[in-house]
Amino acid sequence: MTFKSLTLLIMGLSCIHTAMAEDVQIAVAANFAGPMQKIARQFQQATGHRAILSFGSTGKFYTQIKNGAPFDVLLSADTATPERLERENEAVSGSRDTYAIGKLVLWSPQSNFVDKMGQALITGRYDHIAIANPKVAPYGIAAQQTMQKLNLWWNLQSKLVQGENIGQTHQFIETGNAELGFVALSQIQGDGKMSGSYWLVPQKLYSPLAQQAVLLSKARDNAAAKAFLSFLKSTRTRDVIKSYGYDLPK
Amino acid sequence: MTPDWLPPVLLTLKLAASTTLILMCLGIPLAWWLANTHSWLKAPLNAVISLPIVLPPTVIGFYLLLLLGPKGAIGQMTQSLGLGSLAFTFYGLLLGSVFYSMPFVVQPLQNAFETIGKRPMEAAASLGASPIDCFFTVALPLARPGLWTAAVLGFAHTVGEFGVVLMIGGNIPEKTQVISIYIYEHVETLEYGQAHLLSMGLLLFSFVVLSILYAVNKRSRGVF
Repeated sequence: MTFKSLTLLIMGLSCIHTAMAEDVQIAVAANFAGPMQKIARQFQQATGHRAILSFGSTGKFYTQIKNGAPFDVLLSADTATPERLERENEAVSGSRDTYAIGKLVLWSPQSNFVDKMGQALITGRYDHIAIANPKVAPYGIAAQQTMQKLNLWWNLQSKLVQGENIGQTHQFIETGNAELGFVALSQIQGDGKMSGSYWLVPQKLYSPLAQQAVLLSKARDNAAAKAFLSFLKSTRTRDVIKSYGYDLPK
Repeated sequence: MTPDWLPPVLLTLKLAASTTLILMCLGIPLAWWLANTHSWLKAPLNAVISLPIVLPPTVIGFYLLLLLGPKGAIGQMTQSLGLGSLAFTFYGLLLGSVFYSMPFVVQPLQNAFETIGKRPMEAAASLGASPIDCFFTVALPLARPGLWTAAVLGFAHTVGEFGVVLMIGGNIPEKTQVISIYIYEHVETLEYGQAHLLSMGLLLFSFVVLSILYAVNKRSRGVF
């Protein structure tokens, strides 16, 4: 092959590549930030499409989507928000799918602060316990349900501090300003490494934290968005999600 | 029955008033010194005071969170004094607000003192007034419009603060839930009615305060 024809071939291939590769804008619930960054890299390698990620609280994304935010896909921290978007014709009906089931933990960066039975909640000496705001964050609702089931909700009111989302809640605890708090297992498990001490809250104490992905209406014909949603169901992606401490739908 | 919005409004007013009071006490001597000194410290000090204008509140909030924590310098100091940690308390917000609103108080004061110049002070001194006498009977009265500007801007800016209180406040009703956080939560939970009520109130308040400030300053010598 001559140099010229090789150049032409490369140019031709790159044309095909750019014609097919698209961007997909994804709004991602803060608790899924860790696995998502990894999945997005693998997605780009596998398909050539580029995933552009925004992280934040599910409540904020709902408001932004209702007001014309340019997202193609929402990875919500709950099922209620995608359901609602579907009902309001902001999301493509039938595109909803559970991609992960979150797990709640009571966590402290100090070792031996939280025991494996969660007794630290009652006996521990602490001034502040951090949760995500239950009005806007599903993990905050789960934390509230847990404390209510244990009849501690009212006793702990004076010690509660609320983060805007689960990311900010993690920050309150990580910096030591709150001695402990309720976060997502994925945040402390982060790809196998673990710090401090934690109690994995039994699933019977809170309603399941099923997290759903949904294709938004404006991306109805976006090939990259559809490719991403099917990539999210691949075995490879499911392994990543599992490694961050989530359960997977059957 | 008290309306829901009253506690955050009262808390915000308390925070803004305390911040303004502290900043005027600190700011007047500081601005006076800055206006008159030739020290090499002047430039770096001016830069530090102006930092909050340039930096995003997340930077200030993030470092405050680290400083106030058990491993941070301020956290260790307050704990050894038996005060506990300042994060999630009114005093934590006050500390953040004092730093965050400082340029809005010190800069108008410094401008006012610099505008007066050295002449009136020299005249007073030649008539036998002591430096402290000069300051209270000559400089301060001449700088009055600047004093007003500084106090009003410091107060209004603290009322409007959001990022720092979000980062170190913890959204605790009657302790750290100020107006801006309260509005934010209503917007997030789609309770637009409540959000509108307070947002409109805040918009009108800011407009009226700034209008009065500009009108008054135009009539006086106008240092702002």
